Amino acid sequence: MKLNMTLMRILGGTALALLLLVTLAWAGNNTELANEAAKQMAEATGAPSTLPWWAWPTILLFFCFVLGIIAVLAGVGGGVLFVPLVSGFFPFHLDFVRGAGLLVALAGALAAGPGLLKRNLASLRLALPVALIASSCAIVGAFLGLALPGNVVQICLGGTIMGIAVLLLTSKNTARPVVTKQDALGLALGIQGAYMEANGEIVEWKTHRTLPGLLLFIIIGIMAGMFGLGAGWANVPVLNLLMGAPLKVAVGTSKFLLSITDTSAAWVYLNQGCVIPLMAIPSIIGLMMGSFVGVRLLAKAKPAFIRYMVIGVLLFAGGKALAKGLGF
Amino acid sequence: MNRPDTNAPAEQITYANILFYGCWGGLALMILTYIVYVTGIMDPYVSMELVTKFWSQPVGDYLTQNNVPTGWGWATLLGKGDFLNFLGIALLGGLTIICYIPVIFAYLKKKDMAYAVISILEVLVLCFAASGIVGGGAH
Repeated sequence: MKLNMTLMRILGGTALALLLLVTLAWAGNNTELANEAAKQMAEATGAPSTLPWWAWPTILLFFCFVLGIIAVLAGVGGGVLFVPLVSGFFPFHLDFVRGAGLLVALAGALAAGPGLLKRNLASLRLALPVALIASSCAIVGAFLGLALPGNVVQICLGGTIMGIAVLLLTSKNTARPVVTKQDALGLALGIQGAYMEANGEIVEWKTHRTLPGLLLFIIIGIMAGMFGLGAGWANVPVLNLLMGAPLKVAVGTSKFLLSITDTSAAWVYLNQGCVIPLMAIPSIIGLMMGSFVGVRLLAKAKPAFIRYMVIGVLLFAGGKALAKGLGF
Repeated sequence: MNRPDTNAPAEQITYANILFYGCWGGLALMILTYIVYVTGIMDPYVSMELVTKFWSQPVGDYLTQNNVPTGWGWATLLGKGDFLNFLGIALLGGLTIICYIPVIFAYLKKKDMAYAVISILEVLVLCFAASGIVGGGAH
């Protein structure tokens, strides 16, 4: 009996390991597995899972691969999508979903970082001052999050995300904001740069309203720590609409920024024991693979497409969080 | 009119390179340790049966019922298949701190004191978070 169990574990583990290694090759056209996963997810929402231990990690792996591509294109941390979707359709408790969600967001940002930095779509000079403020305040936010009831935080999160989506939907000329004159702080810190579009066009950029922008990251950092999520949903509009960075630079820098701000929050969750490797590792690996693919698509994607994708993603994630906070 | 430089600054490339290799290293380590874990080459501290039972319950139940340590306690259980996975996770968690180190020196060399100070402060903030002194989490 014991030998059988060990054999089954080895077989199951080997199957899962093989699936890990062939994710990229399969994910594009494996509709059969996707249908099976959807069926299993639907079953799981109604009753406790009766699947073998390796089934959920395998489904998570494929789910997070797709999530990784979308997250990079939308300029948000995977956690913003991961937490509401996985807590809604998978059998894991929210504590572990939040722990894995932060690691997922962190891993996605780390994976996307090198490509974005080398293409100059993420600017270190723009990110470093912002990251210092946001990551410091994320720690303060984590303390505040403990003091507030969970449903209040969920409602605030949902309302904030949907508010930003509406702001993006109603605002104009965000692909390349016109910055006629750089402000003194932006000039002193040398926050400017240039990148090349896929068609060879060179886009120069600089920031304005740098001080109000940096000050807003105090609030963004606190909110990120409080909600236990990455803050790409807030980073992009502030960098783009307020500070005047082109949308591609705002999206790229935001994604890179998450790798710094999420690090502090991820350590808090890790230290609290909210990380279960059996479900966290497939989530991380799936999302990292997806992020590598997403970065390659980002340079070719059209800013308008990214903008509408950001809005759609924010509306969905915000609505989900709001509904949960209100008890639906 | 001069053609604007679209190349990333040297320190940005250095940061990107460390991030790239660290990421791939972390990913490889994670896959390796995960294979060791799920194939049962190393016995887990918490069995698969218990993990799947407790992953749908609050973290407090999981910790107390299975006697799982918090903070840096995982480092004392690296001989167990499940806790071995924390090596890769910790590598990803510490990667940003590692990336900042050469950037600090690059800014000091360029006498860009503002960015050198910003980078040093960021390292201190991240080390503080990783130390475990910060309690609690977020919703």
